[in-house]
Amino acid sequence: MNETWPEQITSVVEEGMAAELDRLAARLATTADTEGILDLAYCTVPSPIGELLLVASEHGIVRLAFENEDREAVLAELATKVSPRILASPERLEPAARELAEYFSGARRAFDVPVDLSLTRGFRGEVVEFLRSIEFGHTRSYAEVAGAVGNPGAVRAVGTACATNPVPLFVPCHRVVRSDGTFGAYRGGHEAKRFLLAMEAAA
Amino acid sequence: MAAHEDESGDATSRFHVPGRLPGMREPFEVLVRRHGATVLRVCRAVLGPHDAQDACSETFLAALRAYPGLDQGANIEAWLVTIAHRKAIDVLRSRERTVPVDSVPDGPAPERADGRDLDVWRALGELSDKQRAVVAYHYLAGLGYREVAQIVGGSEAAARRAGADGVAALRRMLGVDVGTKGVVA
Repeated sequence: MNETWPEQITSVVEEGMAAELDRLAARLATTADTEGILDLAYCTVPSPIGELLLVASEHGIVRLAFENEDREAVLAELATKVSPRILASPERLEPAARELAEYFSGARRAFDVPVDLSLTRGFRGEVVEFLRSIEFGHTRSYAEVAGAVGNPGAVRAVGTACATNPVPLFVPCHRVVRSDGTFGAYRGGHEAKRFLLAMEAAA
Repeated sequence: MAAHEDESGDATSRFHVPGRLPGMREPFEVLVRRHGATVLRVCRAVLGPHDAQDACSETFLAALRAYPGLDQGANIEAWLVTIAHRKAIDVLRSRERTVPVDSVPDGPAPERADGRDLDVWRALGELSDKQRAVVAYHYLAGLGYREVAQIVGGSEAAARRAGADGVAALRRMLGVDVGTKGVVA
């Protein structure tokens, strides 16, 4: 008895499948969100400092990653640390994407979308919380931030907190610079920080 | 929906793949991209193209629900096909309840239906539910007969027999054996 699989069956079964898979993925994200099991939604948006990855929980933006970050690694870290129920779904990120576009076009100085700071803990969390109060166009030094959070000796720790800020731009860690006026490190790269500070100074 | 969660959970412990890093989880989106084609293929083969989309969609929704509790070493493709199999059984049972006995089996979308397509869908429709499931999981999802037997029930030998009988029937119905003996490409 010949048991060779008739390959024509596979090709008939697979007809038009790519388009249907895209529809299925979009529908899955929408239904999952409605049913409350889409723990993290993500999308990418263009910006003058490169494509940005936005990730939101049901509570707010939980992570913003720059183009120089490994996107797969960022999502894998979130899957492990927050929840593996992660789907690409631009709907939840629409308000954040709109506010970012307004910010980069000069029409917005502060963000209104909620952020979810569940990726920060302890002292870093306190620093991140303080950074939110630094207004558009203003800068503070790492030492000033350390003093402001009641720990003047923790300048390096403030630097670490800025460098590991999970939601840059929304929490404006780019507004923290060195006491000598140089920019200091930035998760999105030196050039991105220079661009942001120049943009805000010119506004 | 709680029943789905339990069912999917039960399926998790039976398939193990060694070598994955402990503690690391993959985003569910990666699973959808990696295994979506396999799940849709088996849903189409088992149910026909019309009902496949809903079954596939429900499969991934149930899988997403159960995913955080999935055993770290689980064979994800076998787990997904297991869930798809249960969804397909639900559809087949509801068809038995609602569809008249002499009704035409589920056909392809009319705009895509040419002669070859109709022949293939009809031939698949002529198989028993078990044969169709076994050939789909073995030949279209690439699962071994041991895993197929765990999904459809019964012994590995019985699954192997159902697969061989199914393929033989398909070849006969599609005329694959006629006039091709001795012809080697």
